[in-house]
This record gives sequence, structure tokens and C-alpha cells, in this order.
Amino acid sequence: MDCQLDIFFLEAVVNGLLLAGLLALLALGLNLIFGVIDVVWICYAELVMVGMYGINYAYKGGMPFLVAALFGIVLVAIAGALLHFLVIRPVLETPPINQLLVTGGVLFLLQAAATMAFGIEFKNLGIRLGSLNIIDMSFSWSRILAFLFALAGMLALWLFLSRTFIGTAIRAISQDRQIMPLMGVDSRKLYLVTSAIGGGLAGLAAALMVLQYDIYPQIGLQFGPLIFMICVLGGLGNMIGGFVAAFIISQFIAVGSSCFHTEWGYAVAFLFFMVAIFIRPQGLFGSRT
Amino acid sequence: MTGLRLKPATIIGLLAVAALPLVVRYFLPASEKYYLHLLIQILLWSFIYTGWSLMGRFGLTSLGHGAFTGIGAYATVMLWNFAGITPWIGIPVAVALATVVGVLVGYPCFRFRIAGHYFALLTLALTEFVRLCIVGLRDFTGGSLGTQPRRYGDGISLYALQFEPDRMLAYYIAFGLWVLGLYVWLRVDGSMDRYALDAASQDEDAAASVGINVTRERLKITALSSAMCALGGAIFAQYQMYIGPDTIAGLGLSLNIVFAAIAGGIWVLLGPTVGAVFTQVLAETLRVVIQGSATLKGMFGSSALALDQLIYGLLLVLFIIYMPNGILGTTMAWWRRRAAARAATGRAGN
Repeated sequence: MDCQLDIFFLEAVVNGLLLAGLLALLALGLNLIFGVIDVVWICYAELVMVGMYGINYAYKGGMPFLVAALFGIVLVAIAGALLHFLVIRPVLETPPINQLLVTGGVLFLLQAAATMAFGIEFKNLGIRLGSLNIIDMSFSWSRILAFLFALAGMLALWLFLSRTFIGTAIRAISQDRQIMPLMGVDSRKLYLVTSAIGGGLAGLAAALMVLQYDIYPQIGLQFGPLIFMICVLGGLGNMIGGFVAAFIISQFIAVGSSCFHTEWGYAVAFLFFMVAIFIRPQGLFGSRT
Repeated sequence: MTGLRLKPATIIGLLAVAALPLVVRYFLPASEKYYLHLLIQILLWSFIYTGWSLMGRFGLTSLGHGAFTGIGAYATVMLWNFAGITPWIGIPVAVALATVVGVLVGYPCFRFRIAGHYFALLTLALTEFVRLCIVGLRDFTGGSLGTQPRRYGDGISLYALQFEPDRMLAYYIAFGLWVLGLYVWLRVDGSMDRYALDAASQDEDAAASVGINVTRERLKITALSSAMCALGGAIFAQYQMYIGPDTIAGLGLSLNIVFAAIAGGIWVLLGPTVGAVFTQVLAETLRVVIQGSATLKGMFGSSALALDQLIYGLLLVLFIIYMPNGILGTTMAWWRRRAAARAATGRAGN
């Protein structure tokens, strides 16, 4: 329970920063989908779980890790596109809350399917990357790599959205969903592509997470609420906001967990989130419409 | 309110539900305990689902009701276990606490117009917060393993409000609660508040412009709804004699409440009850089928028990896409259409 400004405190802060990269990547995919399609995938973390299982089995089936990771990214991208095609598209014109709830049904479905197919045991790739030791602090390489790759993934998305034709179209449709179809843009196709990219980002996150965490069917419930909180705190659909919010929330978790029990770090983060939303309902960086 | 006039059909229906345990005792004496347990669960969950749908039907889709059931259950049990305070005082305290939390979270939401996705995700954060507090206070609550109310005597006591060994008694307590839930629903349905909330859910500005205090109306229904869920959670704890952060609180439970209510139909009185019957019977049937089938067991082992969740999830997706009014809502609409068509052809024939 002692909370001093010593070397361990610094270690917690840096670990918080490393966690933030991963959370920012997770929030980015959800924000992209919300910004473009105006839908919240409650089952987003479960897609990550699917990717983690996919990578786990591909790796244990003999693929090198990088190939397995690529396989995971493609797998989740396809899952994202399928989710949009089968589940979201039929309810696109109904009240928004239906779209949120329908993906909640998918959450149950994926969790149960994973339990049945893979069992409830914790699974682990068994890759040990060791850790970087500076003075008395130690940071595991898997976290550092996750942070770097998360940043690289975000940069790649930014380049895609700003430099390519289809990226420009996606940015345009997120600004006005009604007018773009009149300009001759096939919004159905763009939504599908966006869903696939959102899924791909979840797949990338999955590839980074299998190196750090054990896989089990309920892992989505551990990360899901955290991701939603970050997205809402940053302003749903606001990618920069989500990025900053990820750093704020992860500091609460990392420092809180190092000073108290793990749950209290999370609990304080959720409390902070609720209070922050009451003060700025549109999120820290959102603009009200 | 001049009191509800009871139609003969209503009285017969209530009597039929009241007589159910006697039917079970007469026809299925061997497995009486099991069937009564199923019926008790259905009634208790119906009460909680009805409490949720009070809010849900007015467009306030809360994922925070797992927090209220959790507060109701844990506050009651903690007061009993550690302060020796009887649930007769503990339950009102727990319900009051949940109501205060509901209003505290609701007020800024309604005042600043946090609605739709934001409202759902904010209440989701409340659920997580309460669950984390329960797990974090593990010295008292037993953490994620859960805990039990301290047994008083032989387990049946008016003072400790414990009735688990006597299933008949438990059934009539659950029955009383269920009737109370329906009564509250009808009172709300017949009140002016209902029209105000309906108007606000369709167009908040228009409703406010004709003099409806939208924030106050919404707070009233939130307080009522969270109080009902807390009461339901507390009685559930007294019946189960076990509470765990995932069985009576948490996101999974919140989603279960929302989906069961929607599956039954949130716009009709008995919709949540139908939802409870549907989900409980589905889960139990699948459990029995799986335990009876060697093939399924051989294929999936103990994880075959997730099959009900799988089918449940699939059905929910289908319900929301094809039957957003729920089982009962859709059936009633179909019945009314048919009756209208028959009346029309009858007139044409004459």
C-alpha cells in the first residue's frame, strides 16, 4: 500500500505508457468503425479473442510467429467484414441502440463458441522474449514491441486514410453519411471495407496481445469495458481523443495497481471516467452535434 | 389512481400461477424440488427483467442494472454477515443505496443529455465499477469466489429472512414479488409519467417545450427501476444463499437482463416474464439434453454447457434483427391483426 516516488513508481509509469500503446490501438479500431458507420461493436474485444485463438493455433500448428500473426490479422479482418455483412447491415436503419445490442448477441455467441471449441483452460504461446533491464527497473520486450507495433499500426492507418483514394472516401463518408451516396459513392462497399480494416486492427492487437497475455474465452470481458471507456472518454469516433484517453486511463491502471490492488486501479479509472463524462459529456476532445 | 380493476381473465391467470406448485406437487412429486426451483428462478428473474423494462421501454437502454442487483444483494448480505442487521432493515438500506447510486449517475446523464450509445456505455462503466469494488473488497465479499449469507438456525427464519429449504414458501415469496412487479408496471403504464416519458423518448426538445420536465421524469423512472432491481437482487441472494460478482453483478448479467427482456418484449406487461420463461427453459432444456447425450458430452466435455449461451446469443441476434418487439409483442401484434382481419371479413359477409 506504500506509494512513494521511487524507482518502482517510475517503472509503473513506464509500464503504463507501454500499455497505453496497445489500448490506443484497440480503441482506434472501434473509433474508426463508430466514426464511419455510427455503430458500436460491443463484441469488439471478442473479435480480438478470436484473433488470439487463431494465432495460437496457427503458431502451434507449425507456422512461424510472423506468418501466424499475419494469419490472425486476416482472420479478424474477415470476421469484421462478416460481422458487418451478416449482423450490422440488416439493422443499419433501425434505432442505434439495436445495433449496439445486436453485437452484444454476437458477444455471447463468440464467447460460447470459443468455450466449446477451445475449452476454458488458459492457453499460452510459450514465447519468452525476456526483458530490458535499466537500473533496477525491468520492462518485458513483449510490451515494448507491442507499444512500437501499435504505434506503427496507427501510423499505417493514418497514411492509408490520408494518402489513398479509398481512405479519402472513408474520411468523407464519416463527415456526412447522407450526402456521399449522392456523390456516387457506394457506401455499402465502404462500410464493408471499414469493417474489415477495423477487424484488421483488432487482429493486429490480438497478435501483440498473445505475446503478453494468456488466452481464455472470457478475456474479452477483461478488455472490452476498458476499450469502450477509452473511446467514450476521447469522444466516440474521435481517433486523436481516443489516443490521448488511452494514455490517461492506462496511467490510472498502472499506477493504481502498483500502489493498491489491481482492481482498485481499474475501479479508480472507471470512477474517473464517469466523473469526466459528467463534466464533459461529449468526451475530452469531442464536439457536440 | 382509482385502483386497478381486475378482469376475470386476470384473476384466473393469477390463480393459475399461484396454483402451479400444487400442480407440480400433485403430478411430479418425485422431482418437486427441481421444478419448483425452476419456477422460482423464472419468477425472480421476471421481476428483475420487469424492473429493467420500465426504463428500457422509454429508450433508456441501461447496461447498469447488473450494478443495482449487485448492490442489492451484497449490501444486504454484508450488513447481515458483519453487522448482524436483519435483512428486514438490510434490504431497505440496500434498495435505498442502489436508488441513490441510480439517481447520482442518472442525474448528470439526463441533465446533460447523455443518451443512446453514450448512456449505454456509461452505465456499462457503472456496472464494471461496482463489480471491481465487490472483487476489491475481498476481505468482506470473498472476492471473485463470492460468499454466502450466514445461515441462521436451520435455514428457515423470519428474522433472518431465510427460506431456501422450504421451496413452497420460496415460491410464494417469489410469486408475491412477481405480482408486485406487474403491479408497478401497470401503475406506470396508466400514469401521466408514462406519456411524458414516451414523448421524451421520441423527441426530447418537443417534450420539453410542452412543459415536461424531462430530467425529473427520467430520474423518477430510473429510481423506480434501480430500486426494483436491487430488491430483486437482494431476494435472489436470500433464496440462492450464495452471491458471486459474476452471478449477481457484472457486465454478463447486465447483458442477460437486457436481452431476456428484449426477447420477451419490453413494450408489453408480460413480455419480461415471457423472456424469463424462455431463457430459463432454454437453458434448462439444453442442460438436460447435454447431460443425457453421450455424443455431445464426448465431443465437447464439460464445455458443452456453453451450448445454451451459444444458442442464446444466436437467437438474440435473430430476435433483434427480425423480431425487435420480442416474442410476446410480436405474437400479440399478429393476434390483433388476425382479429381485425376476421372482423373485417365478418362485416363484409354481412
